[in-house]
Amino acid sequence: MAILAKPKVGYSRRSLLKAGGAAIAASTLPAPMLWAQDTKDIVLRQFGTGVSNLNDVANKVKEDLGFTLEMTALDSDSVTQRAATQPDSFDIADIEYWICKKVWPTGNLQAMDVSRIANYDKIVGIFKDGKLTPDSEIAQGTAPHTVGFIPEPGATTFADEQTNWMTLIPTIYNADTLGIRPDLIGRPIESWAELLNPEFQGKASILDISSIGIMDMAMVCEAMGEIQYGDKGNMTREEIDATMAIFTEAKQNGQFRAFWKTFDESVNLMASGEVVIQSMWSPAITAVKSRGIPCVYQPLKEGYRSWGGGIGLSQSLSGMELDAAYEYINWYLSGWVGGYVMRQGYYSAVPETSKEFMSENEWGYWFEGKEATDVITSPTGDELAQAGEVRDGGSFEERMGSVACWNAVMDENQYMVRKWNEFIAA
Amino acid sequence: MRLKNRHVLGWLEASPLALVLLLFLVAPIVMIVIVSFWGATEFSIYPAFQFDNYEFLFGSPVTYRVFLATLKYAFITWALTLAIGFTVAYFLAFHVRSLTMQIALFLVCTIPFWTSNIIRMISWIPFLGRNGIANQTLISWGVIDEPLEWLLYSDFAVILAFVHLYTLFMVVPIFNTMMRIDKSLLEAARDNGASGLQTLVHVILPLTKPGIMIGTIFVVTLVMGDFITVRFMSGSQRANVGRLISNDIGLLQYPSAAATAVVLLCTVLIVIAILLRFVNIRKEL
Repeated sequence: MAILAKPKVGYSRRSLLKAGGAAIAASTLPAPMLWAQDTKDIVLRQFGTGVSNLNDVANKVKEDLGFTLEMTALDSDSVTQRAATQPDSFDIADIEYWICKKVWPTGNLQAMDVSRIANYDKIVGIFKDGKLTPDSEIAQGTAPHTVGFIPEPGATTFADEQTNWMTLIPTIYNADTLGIRPDLIGRPIESWAELLNPEFQGKASILDISSIGIMDMAMVCEAMGEIQYGDKGNMTREEIDATMAIFTEAKQNGQFRAFWKTFDESVNLMASGEVVIQSMWSPAITAVKSRGIPCVYQPLKEGYRSWGGGIGLSQSLSGMELDAAYEYINWYLSGWVGGYVMRQGYYSAVPETSKEFMSENEWGYWFEGKEATDVITSPTGDELAQAGEVRDGGSFEERMGSVACWNAVMDENQYMVRKWNEFIAA
Repeated sequence: MRLKNRHVLGWLEASPLALVLLLFLVAPIVMIVIVSFWGATEFSIYPAFQFDNYEFLFGSPVTYRVFLATLKYAFITWALTLAIGFTVAYFLAFHVRSLTMQIALFLVCTIPFWTSNIIRMISWIPFLGRNGIANQTLISWGVIDEPLEWLLYSDFAVILAFVHLYTLFMVVPIFNTMMRIDKSLLEAARDNGASGLQTLVHVILPLTKPGIMIGTIFVVTLVMGDFITVRFMSGSQRANVGRLISNDIGLLQYPSAAATAVVLLCTVLIVIAILLRFVNIRKEL
């Protein structure tokens, strides 16, 4: 903060901002500050799950905004742990909405002033009132809009409707389903119930992250017709017990080859043929495909399990760094990142602005569910689809419109976690 | 006066080590014991003095099953590493005659340690997999028709990795004590008409006991404290105590993790205490 840099010539919007920041800094710091602090000296420390901690984003931030963004990628559990216990170790937390529900009450994050978010009006409805279209039904679980706002700055509880104070700015989200190896299965898969089909004994897998795994389990149990849940995102103890009993039995019968915890493990299990059906994340499918191995993100009739991520600001962020963080958020929503993540198979919170950063073919394939008119490549240049192919699951409205539940934290979370440990040890 | 000085000097000489042990060994353990009585919510821990963590731990059948599994891993790994380690050390100490050759071969044993622990473990995964080298070779030899499923993600895989990782910890101390056995004792045994086996059982084995015991302590503590090998080699399907602790930490349940750690520590100490009843290491070193 105390590094003094050479003054720049000329007046851009940023240099004015900077001067304003310096004036504030000068008035609060005892030592007289004569020169403005250069934006390039600002370092924002961001941490989050691997999915959105992209080095390309950090490079582009340096190029477009001038300041440095340091990225740290961790798994969901470690992210939660860090956000909850080490508030001074980060400036920007890139977390999921269900993690927000857990972490917000610690007071380690500060709410964002909606009036400073330029593209707020263009953010999709899922993150504001929970509705994709005015007549869509809200799915079960921790839907993002339920933890997206707080009534006033400093509040540790969430608001029921949109306010001027947002907890997280939505960044990317997607609808998850099961990944399959069509070449090794050889028949259509249509239901979540197939995960426990004895046909795939020793060739199935599920992820060992309790809060997400339990949702996949619930989707399966409901699809099998074994359990009717009141709310899959907020189960009762009886529902948890019943779910675990079904899966423990399957485990003891040797249904599962392995459980996975990290992205790479899921890719290796699928690519090596150890597993032919498993819970999976969209970029993992892409990674398997880019090795030339057929892999499908199979849409299922019961619907998707969805998740959403967003960035939150550390409570300790203030002054110029806070301004820089707002600048970063506005940049994030302005389209470049959106275009980037959409070409990875995720969705941007502001699809409108992302469109400008995608070709018509890409927009048609990824967002509208149309046939590709040319080769589709990932942002890193791997070929993902040929002309004539269609995205698994179709258009944005079709996919996000058939979300059955959101990743969630339950009231009985601690009980569930203990049961999950028992399941792993069983 | 002089005696008193010596007294002070002694204390001074011992104090650096005492301080280091106090700071880095005793203090953390005391901390863990204290935290094990605290309470936890989903995202925070709060100081308290309650027995909830222990109550849950001892009240859950899973705990017993997992401790049993941990002891099972420790025992099987111990038996295998002892058999292999003793044989290797015996070969090095008594069959290889030249000292240069002994040292060279001993260094060969340490070559795997030039790469990281985790890499040595993970490289088993593609080897043992369903379409891995082991299965492909066996199928091409006509030994089996279907790939063997139990090679990977099973207790077999876990123990194989443990044995691979920790055998050297058995070889080194056993080799060390064997090298210190006076060769004239072996000659005396032979002169008195003892067969090779009798020499081994009645002379070499009793004299290598301290080495075996040190190796045993290494292997048992390493296996009982491990969590990553079990997680990778069993594909997260098996659990040992280390994994219980790491799961708790991942879920921010530090007090419960601390309680499990305390129980594990006591278990390991009891095991070592029992082992030390058999051999007095200090006397025989």
